Amino acid sequence: MEKRQHKSFWKNAFIGLTFIFLYLPIVVIIIFSFNTSKLNILFKGFTLHWYAMVFHNYQIMSALGNSLIVGAISTLLATIIGTLGAIGMSRYRFPGKQLLDKVLYIPIVIPEVVLGIALLSIYSLASIPLSLFSLILAHVTFCIPFVVLTVRSRLIGIDKSLEEAALDLGATPLVAFIKVTLPLLLPGIISGAGFSFALSLDDVIISFFTTGPASTTFPLQVYAMVKTGITPEIDAISTVMMLVIVLVIVINAVTQVKRVKQ
Amino acid sequence: MMEIPKNDFSTKFKKHTTPTNQPAHNSISEKISKWIQIIPISLWMLLLVVIPLMYVLVMSFMSRNYYGGIVYKFTLNNYVQVFNWQNLKIYGQSIWIGLMSTIICLLIAYPFALFTAQKGPIAKMILITLVIVPSVSNSLVRLFSWITLLRRTGVINTILEKIGFIKQPLAMVYNTGGIVLGMSYLLLMFMIIPIFNSLDRIDHDLIEAAEDLGASKWKILQEIVIPLSMPGVFAGCIMVFIPSLGYFFVSDVMGGGTSIMMGNLIENQFQVSRNWPFGAAISVMLIVLTMILLVLFQRRGGKMDDLG
Repeated sequence: MEKRQHKSFWKNAFIGLTFIFLYLPIVVIIIFSFNTSKLNILFKGFTLHWYAMVFHNYQIMSALGNSLIVGAISTLLATIIGTLGAIGMSRYRFPGKQLLDKVLYIPIVIPEVVLGIALLSIYSLASIPLSLFSLILAHVTFCIPFVVLTVRSRLIGIDKSLEEAALDLGATPLVAFIKVTLPLLLPGIISGAGFSFALSLDDVIISFFTTGPASTTFPLQVYAMVKTGITPEIDAISTVMMLVIVLVIVINAVTQVKRVKQ
Repeated sequence: MMEIPKNDFSTKFKKHTTPTNQPAHNSISEKISKWIQIIPISLWMLLLVVIPLMYVLVMSFMSRNYYGGIVYKFTLNNYVQVFNWQNLKIYGQSIWIGLMSTIICLLIAYPFALFTAQKGPIAKMILITLVIVPSVSNSLVRLFSWITLLRRTGVINTILEKIGFIKQPLAMVYNTGGIVLGMSYLLLMFMIIPIFNSLDRIDHDLIEAAEDLGASKWKILQEIVIPLSMPGVFAGCIMVFIPSLGYFFVSDVMGGGTSIMMGNLIENQFQVSRNWPFGAAISVMLIVLTMILLVLFQRRGGKMDDLG
């Protein structure tokens, strides 16, 4: 028994160490966002100065605004196209279906830099100017496959006869879809959308090639600042963003834990 | 109403016995709804994945003019350039950094996933959520956090010097080791999740049966757990190794320009040197490499869905 406890201590210690590795940079970001010194070497004193500053920093705020706009629109489009596609692919046979199935994996497995230059090249060939529009096209492209995957995994578990029953009872296909299939798919759709939004918000590589100087995103703004050093303002805004995301995840997790307990 | 004919018993019976059969083509609205589902995704993937990649392939055989424009004249020069000694060294370096990062991720992820999979359902869910949480915050900011900690005038060197532990600051970033650290840090999650999933799927009865037959813990790990988790291990290795070849910003931030990787080489051709056909040729090589790895993965019984 004692030996067993001993063993589980080492196992938990390993898990703990892994989390220290994963969270150390985040702790650093949070600590330095409250630091009075701009140098990010030692903690000199507590301040909220950077939090006030960053909201008046036009460059950072407009980049963040662009990121949120692109994230929201791309997520919406990718979720609609991806959900419809996943359902359609599970229901119908059509020419090119197997090819489509393979092509959907390309954005997932291919190194991002390749998709980035491929899109840049085709934009240049088609004379599409690099802007928020070209950026949204690119983000939707790499988000669609993730939506398809999550919705598809949910589709497998759904009883088809439910929608058929609705049809038999006289519901039109559209009504049956909206009232029966969609609610059942909703958890898959939501996680696909959340995944898309997170991917879009953090994308560096594909955005790097597919956006213009006038439509820079938050990660690209940070990338430009890395050479000269990231200011505590970035730490501050990152802390705020993390707080929002963690809140969403906690709410989601709590509801899931409740479901598991039931 | 167009739907009424579908409600006769013969079609209903057919539909229930063969649920994979496509619905009858007897209604226009059914056809429209089929096209609404299939056409947007097909068109999007065709226009923004298939055609752009085909174009990259075509471009890799084209020449360029003095100003960096593409001239549509067939040449193999780009591929000759791909295999010159200087560039081969860069691929070697990228593959080395990618392999090191993959091994480090595996060494951390496997025990972590194994120990996590032994916990109760709620603890499992919390731990796996905690693995994903850091990845939703900006990856460049997190990378730079390591610079803050590890650079010559960084937090750790400063503290170590203050307490007199070292005289000279340690070079922990702006070198190959720094790049490997950055890659492993950003990609660790993609190793943990597939391994955890494959371990979590193992039938517990199998392990109990082995225990009843008197197998030792080590024997069970060796003979049952590790073999059954191999698909997850392969999936994780692919999800770490392939992206690492293209993550040019990691070598940029963590390497400080000391090592150039394949991703940087491609980025350079498109942003600085303006030699798009050559950049396209390297990209084609990267696609070929990815495809070879994926074929090996599938031959080993790996499923593409595990790569999400």
